[in-house]
Amino acid sequence: MADTNTIISPENLVYKKTDVLLDNVMHYCPGCTHGTVHKLIAEVIDEMGIQETTIGIAPVGCAVLAYNYLDIDWQEAAHGRAPALATAVKRLLPNKNVFSYQGDGDLAAIGTAETIHACNRGENIVMVFINNGIYGMTGGQMAPTTLPGMPASTCPAGRDTSHDGMPIKISELLAQLPGTCYVTRQSAHTAANVRKTKKALRKAFENQQANKGTSLVEVVSTCSSGWKMSPVQANKWMEEHMFAYYPLGDMKDE
Amino acid sequence: MTEEIIIAGFGGQGVLSMGKILAYSGVMQEMEVSWMPSYGPEMRGGTANVTVILSDKRISSPILHEFDTAIILNQQSMDKFEEQVKPGGTLIYDGNGISHHPTRKDITIFRVDATEEAARMRSIKTFNMIVLGGLLKVKPVVKMENVIEGLKKSLPERHHHLIPMNEKAITRGMEIVNTVEV
Amino acid sequence: MRELKLMKGNEAIAHAAIRCGADGYFGYPITPQSEVMETLMAERPWESTGMVVLQAESEIASINMVYGGAGCGKRVLTSSSSPGVSLMQEGLTYLAGSELPCVIVNVVRGGPGLGTIQPAQSDYFQSVKGGGHGDYKLITLAPASVQEMADFVELSFDLAFKYRNPVMILSDGAIGQMMEKVELDEFKPRWTDEYIEQNHKWATMGKKKGDERSVITSVQLDASVQEDFNHKLQAKYREVEENEVRFEKIMCDDADYIFVAYGSSARICQKSIEIARAKGIKVGMLRPITLYPFPVKELQELAKQVKGMLSVELSAGQMVEDVRLAVNGKVPVEHYGRFGGIMHSPGEVVEALEQKIIGE
Repeated sequence: MADTNTIISPENLVYKKTDVLLDNVMHYCPGCTHGTVHKLIAEVIDEMGIQETTIGIAPVGCAVLAYNYLDIDWQEAAHGRAPALATAVKRLLPNKNVFSYQGDGDLAAIGTAETIHACNRGENIVMVFINNGIYGMTGGQMAPTTLPGMPASTCPAGRDTSHDGMPIKISELLAQLPGTCYVTRQSAHTAANVRKTKKALRKAFENQQANKGTSLVEVVSTCSSGWKMSPVQANKWMEEHMFAYYPLGDMKDE
Repeated sequence: MTEEIIIAGFGGQGVLSMGKILAYSGVMQEMEVSWMPSYGPEMRGGTANVTVILSDKRISSPILHEFDTAIILNQQSMDKFEEQVKPGGTLIYDGNGISHHPTRKDITIFRVDATEEAARMRSIKTFNMIVLGGLLKVKPVVKMENVIEGLKKSLPERHHHLIPMNEKAITRGMEIVNTVEV
Repeated sequence: MRELKLMKGNEAIAHAAIRCGADGYFGYPITPQSEVMETLMAERPWESTGMVVLQAESEIASINMVYGGAGCGKRVLTSSSSPGVSLMQEGLTYLAGSELPCVIVNVVRGGPGLGTIQPAQSDYFQSVKGGGHGDYKLITLAPASVQEMADFVELSFDLAFKYRNPVMILSDGAIGQMMEKVELDEFKPRWTDEYIEQNHKWATMGKKKGDERSVITSVQLDASVQEDFNHKLQAKYREVEENEVRFEKIMCDDADYIFVAYGSSARICQKSIEIARAKGIKVGMLRPITLYPFPVKELQELAKQVKGMLSVELSAGQMVEDVRLAVNGKVPVEHYGRFGGIMHSPGEVVEALEQKIIGE
């Protein structure tokens, strides 16, 4: 019978954490999608060999400390302003790879103007958009993407669309703009979906290297803390409700 | 020598550009100059005025409350600036559209009917150069050759073929400017 | 050879930025400073020096583009006028909190609110006392001529990088819109990426193998670490106060009274000095060139000599508070100024001196 040391010998290696992912313990809640998406971006950066030339722009929201997890240069933006930072970084350093990482409050509420205009100018950047329909960091308030009837701390009886309007489908909106070359909506709750999201991220970075314009990768996500569900319940709820309003797939791929 | 001049009229009369040509002429003559427009909503067709200071020493305030010379091109400006001419100073005006003519006896008053003359010359756009001619005749603060250099500097190159026409208008202004006895 | 030209203060900012080797300008149109971006767009520096010029969708976007560019160690600037600079306050406190060097030009107009488009100096508090949230300072320079509009651009970049802090050029509609003779510097090359990588290790130029990575951030969730950072900032500001005070003294040697005035008010006061001295009143002027750091020591010295000071500003009285703090009751200090877009005349200033200071 083989002992442990034999089993973990290099020739038996089937999976290794990418070096782009730092060893810091993530602060995300159990079941949160952020960790998975961080890992996917890290792997794409690693596989494309662009660790030395990639600059990330972190948001305000749960991913405010994203720079603690990926071993690249980062700038931390004010709430919603990541696309403006990314615009300047890319224009001043056109040979670097630049991406913003933003949540729904950051990208689709307070930063709507910066988001739309960066996309409209066709800034040659990647925007990663985590949509979990709630403000996680501040404790579960209503987001621009909160579903009708979905409860949050600022709409405890559920989103009343006659009062708060309908949730915004920002990716559909951005796909209308000529500046975007690739707009896709993915998820990361099953192994198959994780693989698809990784492919989407890779394509987005390749678009940037091909100077094709703005690529937006939306990842529909859960927030088990904010939704007040177990991670398993949250994934099920997402499949049943979030995907109905935010269907997965490419909206644009040019 | 310091000459503090206000040029005031309607937007569209070329008040600001006349001031600019005067300022550039001063630069060509190695003088210190400042050009301070009154800008605002009135820039689009209301009243417009510009203070031009030419001096052989460092210019202090570009904002003034009294002037050596006032060039007045409409009634509103007459109502406002006649009283702001320093005693012993000069007022030059175009009589077109003026119903209340200047009345001060402690200043020298000249009239240059540039609107009428520009119409006669079929060259409305050189109106402000006729006025400038009037100024240069009664107050030769800058030499004609420097005015031509100033024109070259302040006009874009594609308009340089218009310089002889402007020069002609300046000369005409010098001819038609008259003293007014109050 | 410096080149002699006649131009507006706003145009001078644009030309000086290109010539001193600025890397980027990000702005949004607003009267009375739109000539800055208009001049840059007409000059097309991206074809000559490689400078990036971009019209943003708002002042909020402009200042955050400045943040992005500054984070890369690039020499970037923006310009605006009062309402636009109010929108930029969030960005400014983040820039100060992330210790990023950059230049902001405020061509001040009358407020509050949408106000007027005419000149004012009513953004003094906003510029020198913070403006945004948190304990921070902007190094603030006040040009009083078109020449200084040009000269202060490179000076501002130098100070910004020396202290890793945003620098504000606090101008006003009069200095921005007036034309004067200006001598422009020769063109200087932009910094190369290699130069930035070697000299500004903090810049996000991409993490080289074996190097420390660069993270530009102003967030620190641990309050004790945040307090330490604040101490560091304060120590930096004390250093700025020690080293960077700039001012001009005009006819102070025999003065019984002084005006304290900056920017366009200082120009007006120079004429007021001529008028007052012709009447036998011995008045001089201290013109702060840096509003932060403020010339405190110089005012304390003058307080031993003069009988009174008049702070002349196009505001309801803002800088006068700093003059009073410096003088600390030694001599009377009063304020005079028109505001809301109206400019005081040199004669009005002399009358105010006679009534508010000499009359006592």
